[in-house]
Amino acid sequence: MPAMSRISAIASDRIQQEKKLLIPYLVAGDPDLPTTLTLMKELVQQGADIIELGIPFSDPASDGPVIQRGVERALNGGTTLRDTLALVAQFREGDTETGIVLMGYLNPIEIMGYENFAGSAAAAGVDGVLVVDMPPTDSMELHRRLAAADIDTIYLVAPTTSAERAKDIAEACTGYLYYVSLKGVTGAAITDHESIKETIESMRQLTDLPVVVGFGIKDSKSAKAMASVSDGIIIGSALVEQIAKLSGGAPEKPEIPSCCAVIGEARSAIDSL
Amino acid sequence: MSEAPAEIEIDSVGFSGPDASGHFGPYGGVFVGETLIAAVEELALVYQDLSGEQDFWSEYDNELRHYVGRPSPLYFAERLTEVSGGARIYLKREDLNHTGAHKVNNTIGQALLAKRMGKSRIIAETGAGQHGVASATVAARLGLECHVYMGAEDIKRQAPNVYRMKLLGANVVSVESGSRTLKDAMNEALRDWATNVDNTYYIIGTVAGPHPYPQLVRDFQCIIGRETKQQSLEMFGKLPDALVACVGGGSNAIGLFHPFLGDKRVAMFGVEAGGKGLETGEHAAPLSAGTPGVLHGNRTYLMTDPGGQIQETHSVSAGLDYPGVGPEHAWLKDLKRVNYVAATDTEAMNAFHKLTRLEGIIPALETSHAVAYAMDLARSMGADQTIVINLSGRGDKDIETVARLEGMKL
Repeated sequence: MPAMSRISAIASDRIQQEKKLLIPYLVAGDPDLPTTLTLMKELVQQGADIIELGIPFSDPASDGPVIQRGVERALNGGTTLRDTLALVAQFREGDTETGIVLMGYLNPIEIMGYENFAGSAAAAGVDGVLVVDMPPTDSMELHRRLAAADIDTIYLVAPTTSAERAKDIAEACTGYLYYVSLKGVTGAAITDHESIKETIESMRQLTDLPVVVGFGIKDSKSAKAMASVSDGIIIGSALVEQIAKLSGGAPEKPEIPSCCAVIGEARSAIDSL
Repeated sequence: MSEAPAEIEIDSVGFSGPDASGHFGPYGGVFVGETLIAAVEELALVYQDLSGEQDFWSEYDNELRHYVGRPSPLYFAERLTEVSGGARIYLKREDLNHTGAHKVNNTIGQALLAKRMGKSRIIAETGAGQHGVASATVAARLGLECHVYMGAEDIKRQAPNVYRMKLLGANVVSVESGSRTLKDAMNEALRDWATNVDNTYYIIGTVAGPHPYPQLVRDFQCIIGRETKQQSLEMFGKLPDALVACVGGGSNAIGLFHPFLGDKRVAMFGVEAGGKGLETGEHAAPLSAGTPGVLHGNRTYLMTDPGGQIQETHSVSAGLDYPGVGPEHAWLKDLKRVNYVAATDTEAMNAFHKLTRLEGIIPALETSHAVAYAMDLARSMGADQTIVINLSGRGDKDIETVARLEGMKL
């Protein structure tokens, strides 16, 4: 048995404390790299267990308008995949506890080369990778490279995923299983709480991995509702919407804590469950 | 005229693709978000089942004959041949189709497929507006709701086609994200599809996207090559020595080439948009000057920067202004079965005027790239040889662009 991954360790720790995982998402380089680093530290202060760090990509076809604009801000500043990895390394200098998952699209990783990417990500201190447009059937080689570098490969399960396919995905997945709460793009509104509950219950039959919910959680109310039926929640668009109000250039801004308040509020809400 | 796709493969032993998982060698595949996987898998299954269904293919044939006006003529361009000086040049007149281009061959097939699948709403992406118009047209014909995604920049450049789509009853959605052109329109269409996947069919306009799109769009366009083969035998008693077609996403080219892939003596040339010249970097020629990567559901040659961001492209013709290309073309390039070359904006413009003046046929600017290359190619060949150019579209839509580039205002 390999040593337990940082994500698995965090998850089992939270489960032991009867707590839910809180996973904020933000885009690397939005509005600039120093500010992203400051934001990441603040997110930890406000209760983040794991941070999903978006790799900017010119064509984010699974993302809604809020995250698209965040990605555009990062790309306007020239943020690359290499910069994103350097950002993780910098964050790791002061934090070896928080889990870091890179989330993005395949092309930048493809162009860097899988082996190079897996090695660089491990060296930087990345714990998991989620490639939105790379379903498990086409991901064998990348998955193998990541596993060899002790990095978890996280997959999505959607409301449209068949039961049979969900089983295959759950078997391939490591770290946590990410349940997409709605048909649509990031930041849309969740409408069908009841079926989410049922689906997550059925996924628990398939895997021992933590099952976390993302794509439509906007505030402490939806955070609480989704956390009550899962092992944790991901908050992306609601945070990126706040980050949009920061202008880059001065990372130690006084508004950083209030910018991340949506995460602190979600922490309190889900801890009250 | 057309047969089930299973029979199409007979001609192309050695080049049969895609495999069961949707790959053409290392290219193709299904690289989309999980929400869309079920939809593309369903489409692949339905399409596979259709290969044996005569009813479907008869209905498709019937539409092509009576609605589109097929077969399109194969026309000997006598004066163009004389001026080029060499091989005899024939034009496959896809410009004479209803809506003025080859695009409608595909939209009819896919709209029939949408109806068959019980989808009441269709969406499409468009660059120059030709695929949007062809989609809006068949939506009107079949009584389907139609939404067309179009980059805000392209909407400005192609006002007549925008109005045409609206006249046909389509809702044209302006895309303000990214570079506000075709690739961004495709991103937005994918987002719409993920949101409305239950009742929506996405008509992709070219041989790209996730499997099974590259296959089914090709199959619907293969009518071009099958007719050309038969017409060549009737008109000059043998197969052509060379085929030439322009390549953006590559649907008109694959439609002409595919039925000839197994005919080893037929040379093939796909002509990409060289823009201001390959050496300037301002072009839309991923096969000539790009690298393999992943975009819009498939692995293929792309215009991408060293960090993996998709680059903005340049071409005088909006229909070729796309940073990717169909995965089957990527494979045929690696197999060296098709030669991929490029023609610049200037070369295409010159060819546009030549064909207009010599034959009384105004070609689309996309098509003009193929004409430009074919004239050079003809010069290098003998008078006993023949070239077929896929005259993929007519240029009425482009006359404002041409006038503007030449300093005139209409």
